[in-house]
Amino acid sequence: MSATIAHRGPDDAGIHVTDDVGLAHRRLSIVDLADGQQPMTSADGQLHITYNGEIFNHVELRQELESRGHRFRTSSDTEVILHLYDELGPDCVAQLNGDFAFAIHDARRKRLFLARDRMGVRPLYHTWRQGRFHFGSEIKALLPIPGMEARLDPFALDQIFTLWAPIPPRTAFEGVSELPPAHWMIVENGAARTQRYWDLDFSNVRHDCSEAQMAEETRALLEDATRIRLRADVEVGTYLSGGLDSSIIAALAKRMAPAGLTSFAVTFSDPAFDESAFQNEMVRALGTEHHTVDCDMDEIATVFPEVIRHMEQPILRTGPAPLYRLSGLVRSKGIKAVLSGEGADEVFAGYDIFKEARIRRFCARQPGSQLRPHLFRRIYPYLSNLKRQTPDYLAAYFGVASDDLYDPLFSHRPRMRSTAGAKLFFSDALKATLGDYDAADELATTLPDAFSEWHPLHQAQYLETRFLLPGYILSSQGDRMAMAHGIETRFPFLDHRLVMHAAQTPASIKLKGLREKHLLRETMRDVVPPQIADRPKQPYRAPEASAFTDHAQAYVEEAFEKSALEENGNFHVEKTARLYKKSRLNSFTGFRDNAAFVGILSTQLWSQQFARPVRITDQPLAVRA
Amino acid sequence: MPQSINADIRAFIIENFLFGDEADAPEDDASLIENDIVDSTGILEMVSFLEEHFAIDVADPEIVPENFDTIARLSAFVAGKKKARETAPAGA
Repeated sequence: MSATIAHRGPDDAGIHVTDDVGLAHRRLSIVDLADGQQPMTSADGQLHITYNGEIFNHVELRQELESRGHRFRTSSDTEVILHLYDELGPDCVAQLNGDFAFAIHDARRKRLFLARDRMGVRPLYHTWRQGRFHFGSEIKALLPIPGMEARLDPFALDQIFTLWAPIPPRTAFEGVSELPPAHWMIVENGAARTQRYWDLDFSNVRHDCSEAQMAEETRALLEDATRIRLRADVEVGTYLSGGLDSSIIAALAKRMAPAGLTSFAVTFSDPAFDESAFQNEMVRALGTEHHTVDCDMDEIATVFPEVIRHMEQPILRTGPAPLYRLSGLVRSKGIKAVLSGEGADEVFAGYDIFKEARIRRFCARQPGSQLRPHLFRRIYPYLSNLKRQTPDYLAAYFGVASDDLYDPLFSHRPRMRSTAGAKLFFSDALKATLGDYDAADELATTLPDAFSEWHPLHQAQYLETRFLLPGYILSSQGDRMAMAHGIETRFPFLDHRLVMHAAQTPASIKLKGLREKHLLRETMRDVVPPQIADRPKQPYRAPEASAFTDHAQAYVEEAFEKSALEENGNFHVEKTARLYKKSRLNSFTGFRDNAAFVGILSTQLWSQQFARPVRITDQPLAVRA
Repeated sequence: MPQSINADIRAFIIENFLFGDEADAPEDDASLIENDIVDSTGILEMVSFLEEHFAIDVADPEIVPENFDTIARLSAFVAGKKKARETAPAGA
């Protein structure tokens, strides 16, 4: 099993097997290179841990534990978790500031304790087979289990073709669940129970605090979040996209890394996607040792099957592919850990969808206005198709008159509608299986009780942060693409102290009018050049279907062959053939066609790579619960 | 209005937006937006089709739901444009 995820831990491997349990580990050595091997056993021999991730406050936790009499044998953060669990049991997770997924076999209590970090940076999947509980950092580690058959979950496919990601604990694999972010799980006596230990809460907004005070606290927290994320016994580099967020992180890290900082970026030959000019501006300002990798359309097409193998789920966009190339560059330079600016758009309100929702509400107050809908063009200057649209049509596309202002998913309805258009290509059989299932309805049932009382911006932020961030951004574009090359990504903006602080910050100073990330910009203005500090948000984009149509690959043709479509049965053969024909004519213009093309291709690749009988090569390790 | 205008527009919608699925074809008076048949790029594809297929010009202010949101409205819009062209003084 662990061999299937050797890419996550190329430095070392270990196993721990008893009559009851088997733990396997692949190590990416970053802290305590000499003594941090896993699985690690406590001094009394009763606790055994296998763990992926980093506890960034392990230094402070160790000091506190030592002051209470704990004695350590290593300087690793792994041993800190063991001691903390020994003292606090499941409550230990509340003390951890980090990105983690771990399992502790507690021999005294005859149970397995699993936990996952608050924001969902590190993945953790599990399944039951023949009364045995199995888990792993990636689903491919579970596939060698005897009797395991990889089947695509049709409801997960519907969720991806509506929401971009499955709703946890569902995964693309039928019968395999993920442990959702901010949850722990105890497996004992043949059963499992799961509990949420943390949630993002916008109920306690500090309206009495001034913008200056919130800025001061933001600055202090972000600096500390960056400082502790530079802790490692190896060099920590940084991604530098040229946008505000990674520029801020790189600038803070440079101040804290006197030995110098290495930065990495993707460049595109197509100026519509390329941000080299801004990257170079930051490199000049900071003096980092900068490395770039070019990612043209043919390269996206070349790596796409491998991207799907690592992502383990269908996808509607090609965004992860350039990040796969980027992590390969990092690995080639001998660096194992990088900082990333990911998370700032969720936490400090940077996404266009937040502004879009605000404009939709503004337009809905004057439904016939011929002026207000022009604001949609302002937030999407890169969408040329909006330029010719009249105000009436702009209002219609964004559901100004038709969407319910009290709908909890109001902010995301236009995106869900345009995405779900790609379900036009679902086969009749798949549609029959799904019946009247509605993925958006299910998502709405997962929202907390207080949700309806929050500010509309906070409702939208919750949807992005609790759902899309872990389900899409951190998994598809984050952990999976980095770990494909054994790279650990660290996200200062997702330090839970900063996330909670931002949740208590009034909406009006995060998104000020239509100025996204206002508080963050003003707080960090002095650390980045003015042209970066005032740069409008550029959505991260990569070429979509054109990557495959301009650079024909044999596998694309095979995926759209009638026999392949019939074999997997998920898509309507004739309609899909017409879509493919349209793609060959290069006549895709809209989101729906592009999303459908990439979605169908990735689903076909998923089936090709996973939904085949699995050859059993060795006996898997398992917990007999 | 000529039946062929309506039929040609319907055929374009079925081929280009519904990928041949006649079963999902909208009624003449069904909203193309509310039934998720066209989006912001789809409407420009429609404009391009009308201009090329019916040899008419569509000005930006004419791209409004009153002219474009149903097959019936599209047909009436095209018929009106063609009629105006036919009755326009020579050289106009």
